[in-house]
Amino acid sequence: MNMSLREQWFSNVRGDILAGIVVALALIPEAIAFSIIAGVDPMVGLYASFCIAVIIAFVGGRPGMISAATGAMALLMVPLVKEHGLDYLLAATILTGIIQILFGVFKVAKVMKFIPRAVMIGFVNALAILIFMAQVPHFIGISTMTYVFVAITLAIVYVLPRFFKAIPAPLIAIVVLTIAAIYLNFDLRTVGDLGAIQRSLPSFFLPNVPLNFETLQIIFPYSLALAIVGLLESLLTATIVDDMTGTESEKNREARGQGIANFITGFFGGMAGCAMIGQSVINVKSGGRGRLSTLVAGLFLMFLIIVLGNLVVQIPMPVLVGIMIMVSIGTFDWSSFTYIRKAPKADAFVMLATVIIVVATHDLSIGVIAGVILSALFFVAKVSKINVKQRIEDGKTVYTVKGPLFFASVDHFIASFDYEMNEKNILIDFGSTQIWDDSGVGAIDKVMIRLMANQNRVEIIGLNPESKKLVDRLAIHNDPAAKMPTH
Amino acid sequence: MYPHILLAVDGSEHSVRATEEAIKVSRLSAQSKIEVVFVADFSKAKDDVLHSEGKEALEVARRKKISAVEEKLEAADVSYYVTILRGEPGPAIVDHANKKQVDLTIIGSRGLNALQEMVLGSVSHKIAKRVQSPVMIVK
Repeated sequence: MNMSLREQWFSNVRGDILAGIVVALALIPEAIAFSIIAGVDPMVGLYASFCIAVIIAFVGGRPGMISAATGAMALLMVPLVKEHGLDYLLAATILTGIIQILFGVFKVAKVMKFIPRAVMIGFVNALAILIFMAQVPHFIGISTMTYVFVAITLAIVYVLPRFFKAIPAPLIAIVVLTIAAIYLNFDLRTVGDLGAIQRSLPSFFLPNVPLNFETLQIIFPYSLALAIVGLLESLLTATIVDDMTGTESEKNREARGQGIANFITGFFGGMAGCAMIGQSVINVKSGGRGRLSTLVAGLFLMFLIIVLGNLVVQIPMPVLVGIMIMVSIGTFDWSSFTYIRKAPKADAFVMLATVIIVVATHDLSIGVIAGVILSALFFVAKVSKINVKQRIEDGKTVYTVKGPLFFASVDHFIASFDYEMNEKNILIDFGSTQIWDDSGVGAIDKVMIRLMANQNRVEIIGLNPESKKLVDRLAIHNDPAAKMPTH
Repeated sequence: MYPHILLAVDGSEHSVRATEEAIKVSRLSAQSKIEVVFVADFSKAKDDVLHSEGKEALEVARRKKISAVEEKLEAADVSYYVTILRGEPGPAIVDHANKKQVDLTIIGSRGLNALQEMVLGSVSHKIAKRVQSPVMIVK
């Protein structure tokens, strides 16, 4: 980054403050809804959003990016909260931070670059589907009025922005529909039914968990999953913000920053979070570019909670559900349908497999890891294609080998020769191939020995210097006493 | 006449037709220069990033979108250069045109998104309203 720290903070004061306020307004419903997904009080998500946004403003690597409590992270926490409770979640959040700091120090951002786009597309689609599925129990089969409120919310969030953009439409939906629900006395479930709101600043405390190996055993798998998913979404978001603003960011610093933010947030009663694609896009669209926008978003969010805490508990659940449906529609990658048709089959398969595995396991990290392994296997299969052509030239049988020769391609290579020949002159041309490992050398051995066993004269040409060195060092086919290598 | 012509394109059929008109206008005088403006749309940023292998691939993909326009300009041998803006297409072009005080703005009547823009493209509508230079909308 060649911007000075002063520029990162104060080069766009007006735009940053306005955008920060817009983001804070848009963050409230999401922070509450993600808390409900995780199965904790709304305050856990709100405190997390406040702490993470404020800390990232100082330690993040991508100015203008918004980090807070997110759906991806909330979804991972569900079983931990259900089985062990909030204190274990906070401990897991602290450990997540430590893991992410280590990832940042060891420059894992570079490794993240190798995650194929098919997996990333699968990731966002799976995330969208899980967020939607998490809403279903809150609106299917509750009451007719619930459906009506969900529908009105969706109408407001999709139609209103066409005419009026200054205030985020979800917030307008919340205010209008909450007032309507209160005054018209509709019987709807509210946020208050699912948890309490405290109108106070978060305070420092140690999670009430025993400091022993057993605790670590419980929280470590969750923390590792949270750390991976958090960094994945944060680095994807950072790339999107890079592209929107036409600037560069420091990915390893961002990884470390995410770690620091989660580490501290855990001590202040907040759940683990990460960067948010939707909110970051809102921030940049609203004119936010610098660190100040992130700081203002966090501070203004806290201010709103302290002022409006009483109203927040009265928000009808169907309104939040409507907003979350909007979030899931916005998260889903709708060009995936074209992608499935147009992308290479292996990529389309990896994308679908990632989605299916996540939806089946409810664990984004498992889907991502499986997707990466699958694409690695496909990649090996793709590059392991070796092509051996046979022709007769000046009474010689000439084999031309094309493609890399290594453990994955040796079987096909060995099967490509005609071992029925007797007393022929054979030439094998390796000019368009590269021998990657000892399996490749072994395969050449095997072929030579089998051909020479029938009194053929075999000659090798075109090995490049590195391959030649490997063959010379390891090959045993020149030794007339040699038998088939026993592998 | 018209030393600085702004030609707003989005890779659609209409922008190729707009290019043909821009070439005609630029031939009116020897010092005319065409600035081809393409906007990397904010609302497509997520899609673009997800579906590209990296920064360089994305850059190439965007240049490819305007390659038909560039081919036409090169074939006509007029002097031009390309500017890629970032933002929402309408406001981004308006800001740029007014800041650079261009002498003429040329744009296709509608872009790729025919579904939303049945009559007149919302981008060309915004430009016709807010750009200070004369505007040519090509059907």
